[in-house]
Amino acid sequence: MEDLLWSIPALTFAGAVLLILLGARISRTAVAIIGVGSVGLTALITIILGINFISAHPTPPYYRQEVGQWFDVAGFNPSIAFHLDALSLVFIFVITFVGFLIHLYSTAYMAPDEGFARFFAYLNLFVGSMLVLVLADNLLLLYLGWEGVGLCSYLLIGFWYTEPANGYAARKAFITTRVGDTALAIGLFMLFQNFGTLHIQTIATEAPQLWGVGTQTAVIIAFLLLGGAVGKSGQLPLQTWLPDAMAGPTPVSALIHAATMVTAGVYLIARMHVIFDLAPAAQLTVAIIGAVTLLLAGCSALTQSDLKRVLAYSTISQIGYMFLALGVGAWSAGIFHFMIHAFFKALLFLSAGAIIISLHHEQNMFKMGGLRKLMPVVFWTFLIGSASLAALPLITAGFYSKDQILWYSLAGERGSFWLYLAGLFGAFITGVYTFRMVFITFYGEPKTQLSHPPGKVITIPLVILAVLSLVGGFIELPHNFGHVTIFSDFLTSTLPAITINENLGNLEWLFQVLAVMVSSSGVYLAYLFFLKRPALQNILDQSGLVRSILQFWYSGWGFDKLYDLVLVRPFVYLATINKNDVIDKIYTAIAALARTFNRGLTQTQSGILRWYMMGIVVGALLIITLSLLP
Amino acid sequence: MNPIPMEHGLVLAGILFMLGLISVLIRRNIIFMLVSVEIMLNAAGLAFIVAGARWAQPEGQVMFIFIITMAAAEVSVGLALILQLYHQLKTLDSDAANQMHG
Repeated sequence: MEDLLWSIPALTFAGAVLLILLGARISRTAVAIIGVGSVGLTALITIILGINFISAHPTPPYYRQEVGQWFDVAGFNPSIAFHLDALSLVFIFVITFVGFLIHLYSTAYMAPDEGFARFFAYLNLFVGSMLVLVLADNLLLLYLGWEGVGLCSYLLIGFWYTEPANGYAARKAFITTRVGDTALAIGLFMLFQNFGTLHIQTIATEAPQLWGVGTQTAVIIAFLLLGGAVGKSGQLPLQTWLPDAMAGPTPVSALIHAATMVTAGVYLIARMHVIFDLAPAAQLTVAIIGAVTLLLAGCSALTQSDLKRVLAYSTISQIGYMFLALGVGAWSAGIFHFMIHAFFKALLFLSAGAIIISLHHEQNMFKMGGLRKLMPVVFWTFLIGSASLAALPLITAGFYSKDQILWYSLAGERGSFWLYLAGLFGAFITGVYTFRMVFITFYGEPKTQLSHPPGKVITIPLVILAVLSLVGGFIELPHNFGHVTIFSDFLTSTLPAITINENLGNLEWLFQVLAVMVSSSGVYLAYLFFLKRPALQNILDQSGLVRSILQFWYSGWGFDKLYDLVLVRPFVYLATINKNDVIDKIYTAIAALARTFNRGLTQTQSGILRWYMMGIVVGALLIITLSLLP
Repeated sequence: MNPIPMEHGLVLAGILFMLGLISVLIRRNIIFMLVSVEIMLNAAGLAFIVAGARWAQPEGQVMFIFIITMAAAEVSVGLALILQLYHQLKTLDSDAANQMHG
């Protein structure tokens, strides 16, 4: 069974290669079959492998398959090998399964587009890169997938390349994540310097023997890895690329935000948890970054008017929750939230996409309104996704995953009251911005005419994801409420379990009720402001202070302006000064000197025989004189 | 009779060589230049003979035979080139051949 491992990334890559080679020549149906089929097949293999893996309980707890070796230089011999354990299984399941649904959806969404084949080629490449990243046995292969994902995000965000703004957004995403990637690369170099290998399993077993807790090298490496994760996952301070990444087609946003790319950072931290365990300072930073990011992004989401940008900020915020969980050592809770988030965020993006194409590519929420009656299926699925995002209690999956994070951020060994408070306040904000979005979009008077209702290919993935967003949470229930721990038990073979602070153990229900009340009050507030008494908004608007704060949040806390001022402007200034490259002058001078000599020497090629003779004589005299000198 | 001192022979060879060299440098007529080269070759040959006689070694004469052979080959090639040059340019002035500069 484990021999099938290689086919998981290989199939999607094969699909991409086929589409690149044949895409222009075959019909759209064939393109769709290749593009969707390859990912669908991968999802099927993943499920078969997953069932096999769970029922076989292999010892050691992973499947490994070696496909080949890259090179063997001076003892550095990274292999191309795939490694499937509980952690990567969860990831490949989400990537292939959610990826498949997004692919399926795209066949309808992108149907009228000229670059149909190109789109699916990129999409397959994206999924393939992410699978390589997740299945990689060593960090070098992981880095290959990591960069592949970065490249594909660039290609897809700038998919509609005729619009200069899209190209700008694509470059912004590429360059911003590159900052993190550089940190990651340095971290990998340091790991290699210390261990002489990049094999993840070896590093995981040797690191605790080599370093004590808090060793400086370990802390530096952990921070560098964190830098990479922050860049890819759109966390503070490298989050600015993610809202602009909305320039791409909506299925791309769904793929980037739910199944690939932004979750790569979460995966990296979970995968290298041994290093972070040895570096408490770095792990605390992970938690703090998560907590701060989820608040900042949540506030920005409150003020956006573009439907997709709300969702983008919401992703940043939810990934912040995952970072918070990883930071307090609740590894499985973070991964659990990743999975549930993938379901409901893909659902939300795809529903949003359905709305957007039905309204002639209108993305402004304030021009929608009243869609509840016009698009009932989309309304219900969107509502389910929103409920899950806002963590409405008991029925939604998002409640179970987020409640776990909140509880561990307080009661976990590394948790603290402040982290909990940030998470709790974040839950409140999530409730407000999510249902603000729902109420503005689906209630009230219709403002735009519907061009055509979404077809079956669009609604089927929505329904599947909606079901998952509801029942997905039942595989992991709180201790005082059913106490189902299928998911965390499954992950304990790979990730360490969290230890609970005993003093708080019997108070869990209290904090759960608190969390429920907070998120529900967020929803109520949204109801009050945007449905029941819209006049309240005007009261807020009249205060200049409130308006300027909202404007500040709308612009993403001014990070773009700050970076523009601190980084972009000085860089452009320096580049302008140095337009005629200073270093280039040296090489120009060398070339000019050579040309001068050449011109001088050409003069001697006069063709006059006696001059040549003279040259020989003078040369001979010189040589004789020199040899006679002492 | 007293043997002729070696220095006399070498000085003669030196004078001959310098005469040949100077005339190569100042002559324009290409046949004269060829002749001058021959003179220089002969000067070198003379120096070999003198040295061979001084040390009573046969190598000096062997070298001279080499030089004569080489000179013969050189003259035959040189004359052929001169004929071609004259055929092309209708003159024996070596400076007229300066189109060949590259």
